[in-house]
Amino acid sequence: MSRTAALSNIRLMASVASAKVTAAGIRTLGRGGGTSAPGLVAERIDPGLLGKLTARLPDGAIVVAGTNGKTTTSRMIADILAASGLEVVHNRSGSNLVRGVVSAFASQATLTGRPGGDIAVIETDEAAFPEVVRLVRPRLILLNNLFRDQLDRYGELDTIARTWRASLAQLGPESTVVFNADDPGLTSVTQGIGASRVAFGMNGQQHTLESLPHAADAATCFTCGADLAYKALYVSHLGAWFCPACGEARPALDVAGSDIELEGVESLALTIDRGAESDRYAIGVPGFYNAYNTLAAVAATRHMGIARETVQTALVRFRSAFGRIERVAYRGRRLTLALVKNPVGFNEVLRMLTGGTGELLAPTLIAINDLYADGRDVSWLWDVDFELLAGGRCTLATTGLRGADMANRLKYAGVAESRILALPEGLARGLDGFVDTIPEGEPGYILPTYTAMLEIRQILTDRGAVESFWEQ
Amino acid sequence: MTTDRTLTIAWLYGTKMNIYGDRGNVLALAQRARWRGIAPDVREVGLGQPIPAAADIFFFGGGQDQAQIAVSKDLAGAKGEAIREAVEGGAALLSVCGGYQLLGHEYRPHNADPLPGIGLFDVDSEAGSERFIGNVVVDSRWGALVGFENHSGLTFLGDAATPLGKVRVGRGNNGKDGTEGVVYKHAIGSYLHGSLLPKNPVLADWLLAAGLRRRYGADDLPPLPNGIEEAAHASAVARAVATR
Repeated sequence: MSRTAALSNIRLMASVASAKVTAAGIRTLGRGGGTSAPGLVAERIDPGLLGKLTARLPDGAIVVAGTNGKTTTSRMIADILAASGLEVVHNRSGSNLVRGVVSAFASQATLTGRPGGDIAVIETDEAAFPEVVRLVRPRLILLNNLFRDQLDRYGELDTIARTWRASLAQLGPESTVVFNADDPGLTSVTQGIGASRVAFGMNGQQHTLESLPHAADAATCFTCGADLAYKALYVSHLGAWFCPACGEARPALDVAGSDIELEGVESLALTIDRGAESDRYAIGVPGFYNAYNTLAAVAATRHMGIARETVQTALVRFRSAFGRIERVAYRGRRLTLALVKNPVGFNEVLRMLTGGTGELLAPTLIAINDLYADGRDVSWLWDVDFELLAGGRCTLATTGLRGADMANRLKYAGVAESRILALPEGLARGLDGFVDTIPEGEPGYILPTYTAMLEIRQILTDRGAVESFWEQ
Repeated sequence: MTTDRTLTIAWLYGTKMNIYGDRGNVLALAQRARWRGIAPDVREVGLGQPIPAAADIFFFGGGQDQAQIAVSKDLAGAKGEAIREAVEGGAALLSVCGGYQLLGHEYRPHNADPLPGIGLFDVDSEAGSERFIGNVVVDSRWGALVGFENHSGLTFLGDAATPLGKVRVGRGNNGKDGTEGVVYKHAIGSYLHGSLLPKNPVLADWLLAAGLRRRYGADDLPPLPNGIEEAAHASAVARAVATR
């Protein structure tokens, strides 16, 4: 080994070791899962750590990106690959900044710098995507969607699309990009790239929206700039789009979902057509947005040659990521937690919880924080279509650092003030105040932003209601 | 009399210039009118569409770069002139971020041609090198106004311009002179998202009163209970101070 290579190896080992020590220290101190600080330490010692570890994986790396659904989709893919007998390295606890990715890989690597598996599934956020792609040279990239999200952190959608296009342009034909063709923006950023493209999307007129929700950025044609129209609109600006002016349209689908059956907050099923094969998939996660996630995971793993029976079995056993959607028994009440983090995601959660009835079926607590990971700007609440809750009867409680802003949003959505319960901003008091309003044995919904979800989960864990997420 | 009144709210480029929640300003104006028995008539004015002659109140939000170029072109000529005339005639107007910039003389981006504005406000804007992101508290003639700024554009006031207020927390127009926004007659330009009007109801009512005076010559605006709004305002100010 040359001196440079030896030094590089020593740095790699030191980096992995320091990450492990940091993670252990954080856990000993009881400061939570330690999902990003170890990565920060490891990166400082060896900035090339992620690339070095993934280059040693026999089956390469998969990168999953997109505003919504990336945690759930990457977990589905990791479960499917594990069911096929592969040892999977995955940044599983939803900490998907570059640091979180490095933390996960360092913790799963051996002290000699060998990655702890055969294949990597890397979930990355929008901002980190170009750097992660550059470092790991993935064999497959899955792109779910691009919605507006946390402008204070990620910047404008145009900017993200531009950096993604530049990043994807670096890939050669050895890589595959599996993308949601229902998203005109993703279709645009993947046009003309050197990697092979696999298009997935939905078909059919079930569960369609009548018009673009307020949260949707007006979709314009990337060829001629005219406003796009839809043969069917499914979520935000996702659908069977076409340009009335120049005739540009959604590309032919390689993998198509249809006949979606939604079972409340429990589960869903859909048919997925891929070439000549047509299979029915059932999965224990609810909501139309999870039909997209399932479709994406199936498109990616079937493209990789995983047997259809393996995919189906893994999905039947699938359980959602922490806090994304979770059912918890607490003080005799049946609570459902669902993470809300941006306008489109919030709209989809409301769509699931109202089940198309235009009314929430149980009292609901909305917990809004404005820390960095939540997005410091709460303006996004004004893009969510809370107006659809105005006609119901259930109590809508608010808590969190910006719970007062949320209560105000509900008032302007036309919710009667008698139904708005503005609870203290402290989440423990907010949670208890909310649970007090629910009769024993009855259900309640809790919709927290990211850091509020972590804290509420910690409160519930301390009180014995749920397992710590990093032990899953 | 508080019945049978109506107010026309012209929402400039509502689809193209609606970045991150500025729509809340239109909701606040419409609801606070409705709660007083005044029927709001909200009209979106898109590219190529004329300014409604009946417009009493205008709202103009921020947009992404591409949208601002198209909007700048669309405002040149008669359309910009119609907005200026309406404001001179007493119409109320709120513009935020990109909308604010396009109502000044011009906006000068990095490495691109200047975008002409309509010159309603005596202000000039240019691309800056730093992005100002964070909570803002402004001391103004309406009391403390609270919102969230997220801009790299810098706006400088001309000699004839009056600022909306002075920043207590945050960066404001340009991060240098301590000013935020601009006021001319009943027109306001500001960098504050949040949305601004729902948690600053005093400002919303000032715009509504101006709109009523333009339409009916009198501004009978009965008070509303503002408990929830004031709680949102107080918590936003507290967060701004805590995160400064």
